[in-house]
Amino acid sequence: MRLPYKLRVEKRIEEIPKWLPIVTSIGAVLVAFLISGIILAAVGGEPFRVLKFFFNASFGSWGAFSDIIVKATPLILIGLGCSLAFRMNMINIGAEGQFYIGAFFASLVVLVPLIPLDSPKIIVLSLMVLMGILGGAIYGFIPGYLKAKFNVNEIITTLMLNYIAVNWNNYWIFGKYSDAGFQMTPTFDRVAWLPRLADLAKEYPFFSGITLHFGVVFGLVAAVIIWLILKHSRWGYEITLIGDNPKAAKYAGVNITRNMIIVMMVSGALAGLAGMSEVSGVVHRLQERISTNYGFSGVIVAWLAKLNPFAVVLVSILFGALIVAGREIQPSGLSFMIQGTILFLVISSDVFLRYKIRLERRQEEPV
Amino acid sequence: MSFNAENAPNAVEMQDIVVRFPGVLANDHVNFNLQRGEIHALLGENGAGKSTLMNVLSGLYRPEAGRLKIFGEPKVFNSPKDAIASGIGMVHQHFMLVPTLSVTENILLGLRDPAFFMKLPKYDHKILDLQEKYGLQVNPTDKIWQLSVGEQQRVEILKALYRGADILILDEPTAVLAPQEIEDLMETMQTLVAQGKSIVFISHKLNEVRAIADRLTVLRKGVATAEGVSIAGLSKSELAELMVGREVIFRVEKEEQQAGAMVLEVENLNAINDRGMPAIKDVSFDIHAGEIFGIAGVAGNGQSELAEVLSGLRPSTGSIKICGKEVNNQSPRAFIDCGLANIPEDRTGVGSAPNLSVTNNLIMKNYHESPISENWRINYTAASEHAQNLKDGYDIQAPSIRTHARKLSGGNLQKLILAREISGEPKLIIAMQPTRGLDVGAIESIQKLLLDQRANGAAILLLSEELEELLSLSDRIAVIYEGEIVGQMDAKDASLNTIGLMMTGSMRSEA
Repeated sequence: MRLPYKLRVEKRIEEIPKWLPIVTSIGAVLVAFLISGIILAAVGGEPFRVLKFFFNASFGSWGAFSDIIVKATPLILIGLGCSLAFRMNMINIGAEGQFYIGAFFASLVVLVPLIPLDSPKIIVLSLMVLMGILGGAIYGFIPGYLKAKFNVNEIITTLMLNYIAVNWNNYWIFGKYSDAGFQMTPTFDRVAWLPRLADLAKEYPFFSGITLHFGVVFGLVAAVIIWLILKHSRWGYEITLIGDNPKAAKYAGVNITRNMIIVMMVSGALAGLAGMSEVSGVVHRLQERISTNYGFSGVIVAWLAKLNPFAVVLVSILFGALIVAGREIQPSGLSFMIQGTILFLVISSDVFLRYKIRLERRQEEPV
Repeated sequence: MSFNAENAPNAVEMQDIVVRFPGVLANDHVNFNLQRGEIHALLGENGAGKSTLMNVLSGLYRPEAGRLKIFGEPKVFNSPKDAIASGIGMVHQHFMLVPTLSVTENILLGLRDPAFFMKLPKYDHKILDLQEKYGLQVNPTDKIWQLSVGEQQRVEILKALYRGADILILDEPTAVLAPQEIEDLMETMQTLVAQGKSIVFISHKLNEVRAIADRLTVLRKGVATAEGVSIAGLSKSELAELMVGREVIFRVEKEEQQAGAMVLEVENLNAINDRGMPAIKDVSFDIHAGEIFGIAGVAGNGQSELAEVLSGLRPSTGSIKICGKEVNNQSPRAFIDCGLANIPEDRTGVGSAPNLSVTNNLIMKNYHESPISENWRINYTAASEHAQNLKDGYDIQAPSIRTHARKLSGGNLQKLILAREISGEPKLIIAMQPTRGLDVGAIESIQKLLLDQRANGAAILLLSEELEELLSLSDRIAVIYEGEIVGQMDAKDASLNTIGLMMTGSMRSEA
């Protein structure tokens, strides 16, 4: 006996509505939590309690929420940089290295010091921002130039440059600027700290202990700028054109080599800025492991956000929440499991964008 | 070709086939029958439902309704395997071959017979026997990448025959072939039917259909407008009318006009191809305003490289002057700024960005100019307006200007490219194979657009393998053979015979 209905999977021929990718992505995240819950229950856990704890640990208090945003800030900046490069099919997986070099360059302002540290805070911080951007851009320039001039695979170069950057950093913090032999520099002078909400605790006691720092503003401003570039600018048009068909772009007179280099530099600059925001806003010194794999999480953030700048912000916050909740929960692998499930499902949910599934009544079989 | 219709069942009988795609009725109660030992042409414009019908026959699609009989036996195909088992072989337009494997290996691919140990020489003999029987000469040990397109096609046919095909479906087999190869193919087809095979011949080219087919079925928008009509006695224009539903002018009307100032001047041009071999050797010519300069030649004799060099996409030595300005080895943008429009050979690979909208494809050449460009930004209101105007003006059939370019049919994509290139009022147009693979209606409108540009005073370089098209459009014709211009003449004085001889390298003239 066959059912009178059958499922048909068909390729979509018509344009997909604009809301559909958003709905499928949100649906995928929800299903990911559901599956995680089932796995938890299967191993004897209590999914609802865990989930409740999860949300309390991340969104339960202003302090926790501010922690999420702090964790999300570097992800936003790096995710934006990756989105820009991926739009042009430049697979920049070197954000980790660009982040470290950005942090290093920004720290030089204080460590050398490049300017007297009794200069006004705004000057010191501006110089640090510029140095962070410069460091990341230089570090992005290397693979960009190699790709543009000699067609060297940027996946390999950016990946390898990551290790160089980490060890470069280690050399300086161990060798030259070490704080009493530890793998870190002395704490920066307060003039080099990005303003935090906690700084206002004297006037507004509510903010005491709130670690949210100015770096998030960099992230949000960058999101708007990248959105403007991609959606409205001539340069964004060139990037999209090269990303879709480089031969057509060349034929239309677009300078591909120059764009490759510039895009890699901007992508690196954003990661470098993230590095600056992390040393100046969070750790207040240059040290080993300032990044907990932000550079690689940023790649995932960019893909999950489907290279959309505003979605990058939202996905970063979600990832920030998972990081923060992961601290509070045992075993800590739980949040990695959920992260992995989300990634897996969001990427597979693309199938709904390319195909549609119809339930249809069986007809007479052709004889 | 004779066949006995009374007692032998038809090779294929398809009745009331209905195939529906979302929003489209691709086959609307189509009947199709193929008699034993005949060549049956299947005609129709792009998107008329020919491929759909043949995909039903070869087991790729299952129809919603309809009956299928092969040699009188009712069949239901659930997969291409079933169709192959019933003796149906399909030769696709784009070959399904592995370039690094030998001919024999490609033919055996996917079969059960050589199970683990290949013992290829044994099969080489089998394949040679097949070749002899049907006159399909290819060396079984050659690798596919070493073969010409015509030879690769023979491998595809051999592949089908080796699997025991009695019914062959050839999907636009001549679209990729040079004139000599087309003749060889025609001969092969004759041999095949003489040996009792039956052939479905899908084509756009009416001459070929008239030359080789016995009967024809015509599809228009999913409906059969002629079912199994005998070709003898049908004139070419009657054929064309069946296909597009109206009279099509074949001889393009062209006004006599005086050529103007020199626009393109090429001197001693040399360039190499992707494999590092000389592709263009000492080429010199010039084109004046209001003139169409045609270049004839068998595919692969340097035409693609010449078009690329002349649009700044390939480095070269020598001199290229557009309106008196030396541009050789400058950026593609420099060529464009000198007033060059380029209609490339590869519409999807070079001429358009498949996943971008019609609008974004239409502004590809002027996105950096006012009014579409305002300082750093693109004024998308102006861009949409520009795109809508071109879409209406050039009759580009697409649901909207937001549709992705890859969803356009071949003819409409070509119209999009032409609209983009011509709307910039170019001084020089390079058009490579502008009508290849298009249906009669689209060919006509594209040829007309080129002639309009000629009347507007543009200089046009036309590279085409369609001699008839070259002769009817061009004012002057040059023939290219192995990267050299072997002859130049006025189109009025040109004969098909001379050009043919020059194209094959057996004659050269000093122009």
